[in-house]
Amino acid sequence: MLRASWKSLLGHKLRMLMSAFAIVLGVAFVAGSLLFTDMLSASLNGLLKGTVADVNVGLKGQYDDATMTDLDSARVEVTPAVLERIRDVPGVAAAYGNNVGTTLYPLSKSGQLISSPGAPTITSNYIKAPAAGGQQGLVIKSGHAPGDGEVMLDPTALERGGYKVGDIMAAVDVLTGKPVPFKIVGTATWGSGTTFGATYMFVSDETSKQLFTGGKDAYLTAWVVADRRADVEQVTADVGKVLPSGLEALSADTVTEKTQETLNQGLSFVNTFLLVFAAIALIVATFLIVNTFSIIVAQRGRELALLRAMGASRAQVRVSVLFEAAIIGLGGATAGIGFGWLLATGINGLMAYVGVDLGGALPGLSPTAVIASYAVGLLVTLGAAYVPAARASKVPPIAAMTGEYMTGTQGLGRRTILSVVMIAAGAVAMAGGLFGWFPEALACVGVGALLILLGVAGAGPLLGRPVTWVLGRVYGLAFGSVGRLAELNAARNPRRTAATASALMIGLALVVTMAILGQTSKTSVASIVATGFRGDLTVSSLAAQMAPSVGDRIEKVDGVADLYRTRRAAARVGSDNANILAMDAAAFGRTSEMTMQSGELTDAVDTVVVKDTWATEHGYTTGSTITATIRDKDVPLRVTGIFSAPQNSGVPGMISNLGTLERAGVPEMDTEYVLYVSPGQSVDDVRQRVADAVSDQPLISVNDVASITQQATSAIDQLLAVIYALLALAIIIAVLGIVNTLALSVIERTREIGLLRAIGLTRGQLRRMVTLESVVVALLGAFLGVGMGLVFGVALQRPLADQGLDKLDIPWPLLGLFLVVSVLVGILAAVWPARRAAQLDVLQAIATE
Amino acid sequence: MTAGSLSPLAARTEDLRKVYGHGEAAVVALAGVTLGFERGKFTAVMGASGSGKSTLMHCVAGLDNPTGGAVFIGDTEIGRLKDKQLTLLRRERIGFVFQSFNLIPTLTADENILLPLSIAGRKPDPEWYDLIIDTVGLRDRLTHKPSELSGGQQQRVACARALMSKPDIVFADEPTGNLDSRSGAEVLAFLRRSVDDFGQTIVMVTHDPVGAAYTDRVVFLADGEVVDELRSPSREDVLRAMGRLEPAGGRTARPATPPGGRVLLPGDVAPAHSEAALLPGSSELAVPPSEGTPQEARRVVED
Repeated sequence: MLRASWKSLLGHKLRMLMSAFAIVLGVAFVAGSLLFTDMLSASLNGLLKGTVADVNVGLKGQYDDATMTDLDSARVEVTPAVLERIRDVPGVAAAYGNNVGTTLYPLSKSGQLISSPGAPTITSNYIKAPAAGGQQGLVIKSGHAPGDGEVMLDPTALERGGYKVGDIMAAVDVLTGKPVPFKIVGTATWGSGTTFGATYMFVSDETSKQLFTGGKDAYLTAWVVADRRADVEQVTADVGKVLPSGLEALSADTVTEKTQETLNQGLSFVNTFLLVFAAIALIVATFLIVNTFSIIVAQRGRELALLRAMGASRAQVRVSVLFEAAIIGLGGATAGIGFGWLLATGINGLMAYVGVDLGGALPGLSPTAVIASYAVGLLVTLGAAYVPAARASKVPPIAAMTGEYMTGTQGLGRRTILSVVMIAAGAVAMAGGLFGWFPEALACVGVGALLILLGVAGAGPLLGRPVTWVLGRVYGLAFGSVGRLAELNAARNPRRTAATASALMIGLALVVTMAILGQTSKTSVASIVATGFRGDLTVSSLAAQMAPSVGDRIEKVDGVADLYRTRRAAARVGSDNANILAMDAAAFGRTSEMTMQSGELTDAVDTVVVKDTWATEHGYTTGSTITATIRDKDVPLRVTGIFSAPQNSGVPGMISNLGTLERAGVPEMDTEYVLYVSPGQSVDDVRQRVADAVSDQPLISVNDVASITQQATSAIDQLLAVIYALLALAIIIAVLGIVNTLALSVIERTREIGLLRAIGLTRGQLRRMVTLESVVVALLGAFLGVGMGLVFGVALQRPLADQGLDKLDIPWPLLGLFLVVSVLVGILAAVWPARRAAQLDVLQAIATE
Repeated sequence: MTAGSLSPLAARTEDLRKVYGHGEAAVVALAGVTLGFERGKFTAVMGASGSGKSTLMHCVAGLDNPTGGAVFIGDTEIGRLKDKQLTLLRRERIGFVFQSFNLIPTLTADENILLPLSIAGRKPDPEWYDLIIDTVGLRDRLTHKPSELSGGQQQRVACARALMSKPDIVFADEPTGNLDSRSGAEVLAFLRRSVDDFGQTIVMVTHDPVGAAYTDRVVFLADGEVVDELRSPSREDVLRAMGRLEPAGGRTARPATPPGGRVLLPGDVAPAHSEAALLPGSSELAVPPSEGTPQEARRVVED
């Protein structure tokens, strides 16, 4: 009996290949998305853990909020003596001084900044020590470790700068504004190779001291490697005990945690998304395999009946089918894992090619990925093969042999009812979230969306009918009987059509949801920028400070009517950190959106106006005095007014005047200039002239609303790019799934095709028929997917509105594009099956049983 | 009825040859057949299995490529035609009725009948359409799907379809092979009537002497050659002629087992159509008329 199964397998190579292909696709989808997920989290982990030591010694509070560190304040440094003491702590394997700074910006060969706006450049001395948990620390990719005046770059920066190893590169020190020359002696990365957009420079010990500790024999931080067997937390505590006050020791976990907190919220969102995506991959894979096997086993109905007629028992028939399924499942799953790896690698490469660095190499296969892949490949296949086989084995042999029992369309049945119930439950959950019937609006909408997605996937045969019907009418008008035939072919087995369309449907539903949320957040950010923006142009420096002479120069540029300068200073009020924004009284309300509620900003020294929210919180009113600590000096500031400014606008709690800061001893460095262009002058022209005037200062950039918006939204674009990359995976699987089902349908209908050809259907018409059928499937998936995505996107935006997604913006042209792309997907998927159908020999096709 | 040609022959062959396979394995299906099919006549082609009658029909109808010789439909030599032209020729000038599976299962009877015209993007001539539908007697069945029609009704739909485009010639390949005798008689009567009333040219391949008796002329093939011919035959004439052709006893030369003489198992590497040789419903095993599908049989009774 098994011999017969084996022969059957070998005897129908095409059938075997196509069923195996369905499994390969399904497993590839699961394996690919798991690999991708693993890769992203490994990149993230590598980024977080690969760049910290087991024990990290640094200035107290340094790891809490890097932005609040006042570089000018006297700081406690890690001296060689401190290092010696650390080395003597039990459990410490090694300790290195580590100078890390973000004040050096490398310039490309043509004098431009290498790093992208917003991404930091991290300069550190070269340390040959392992990172946390014995992970690989720095890895030399080419060249050798840097000597004094030499530098190693990360490979991306080297490429973007247009340099080769051996070139001389300039880097601007934002503290001095002066370029420093370095000789590039090699490339190096952190173990994971991930940068997430940051630029890395590695210099010698001595050079790092020149740069960051004023040439003193000391370091800003220490990089402590724990003994592999030691308890890191214990070692951390022990190290902490030998440190001078002002320094603290933190374990890798603590630092990572703190960093993670400050990292974009988007990352946790990405993780959730990836999990949902992997679950969906599993469902789509199951659909695909079940679909293919129900076609194939139904086709074998007669053969199984013949075996039964010759005396095989039902059990034998079932075992035979399962045996065949197991072999195909195993082979398909193995190939699928490989294919999934290729897909993930390919998409990763593509993303890198278009400039989105998701983090270098893919990790090896995790056990989870392998187990899940084989589970899908084997279990789903066995299940998918068993159900139709069990059904076939119950049919009286003679009925099956005469073809009475064939693939007929079954009723919609229990599955549809269950699906409709799921849709209803999902709708209730979603509505409940939206209208506040239940707490946790976002979770409700999310769960509701997932239920609806699964329900629609299950009820596809029912929901597909109107779509197919409408398309049929359109086809009839546009393509005559060929169109009608195509529609009827698609409608012939609604369950199969819907299952084939489901991969595309699910993929598109997610794409559209993400596109709507992405567009909405971009529009919301743009609206914040636009309403807060004052003037025509702003000038700022990556160094966050500019010499006042720069402003003087810009003021003289032709076309600049007014220039308002602002400065910032770090201050403390009591135990709170509180920044002070400073400007001339005349500049109030001219640099960004802010309104006086009462009183006014004056140019009198030691006066201040206070933001309304902050004033209420601390009980300040006009006339009260605030004692602020500025540069270690207590300064009494008299409140002359209360103002308001929009949330998220970056305006701190206190605004003072330039004179106050000068008297407090804050260095005279400007933070930003806001320019008003003379009437009749083109903003673009003036912008160009201003940029020319400061072209000797590569760190300074001149922006208008558009370019600032673009900078603010580029992070969203990057996040969307990651998500789109994953969804590309779904689309590829969808296309191949359509190809497979279509090819099987063509085989199934060989006789019909022969007949059509005999009575005068040309090859071209036949190809068109198959193509149109494929387009029906694709458009069915597209309509349902885009429709659901619209609902999900709009619904999810509501609870997210108070998190900054307040301006709902649906990218209609993009949605239209998705529909067009779906048509192309349909056409593309039909190429091979249509060609196969057209090449059938008419006579043989008619003679086929 | 003809499309302008004055030739008395609707189709003819000149020294038509067809060889399957090469060298030792070569099988000669047609060994030089020169034959004409007269316009407005009902011609039957008979012969044992392997006599080449189906091959002859397939070659004349442009479904198969001859190895040698020429085929003319009217004055058109079809050997020179490309696939596209051949398809158009089939669509415009030839009608087909096959033994089984004549209809597209997704289309209604009416849509099936009009399919060749609508594929060509032509509108039916309403008078002709009514005439055909009435002649075939299916007016009340037009909206039914093939699965809702009896075997005889399905074949009559197929006949109506073949006639709808007013073809030069209709080829019928054992049109009654799968039918019980009553349904078969209906179909044959309809074909006869279309010759008499509309002047249609029909060529029918058949095993059945009863069917052959409906025709104007019977051509007998054996071993790929024309060996005999009868004009306006009766059933007895046909039977006598068949007896002459096979003196070795028994009317049938059909093999009880497929070529090669072994029973094929599913899964054996074999062409799909020979695998089916054991299965009922295939042309190579005679099926008693009442032994169609149970459903079909039931409908026949109801008719």
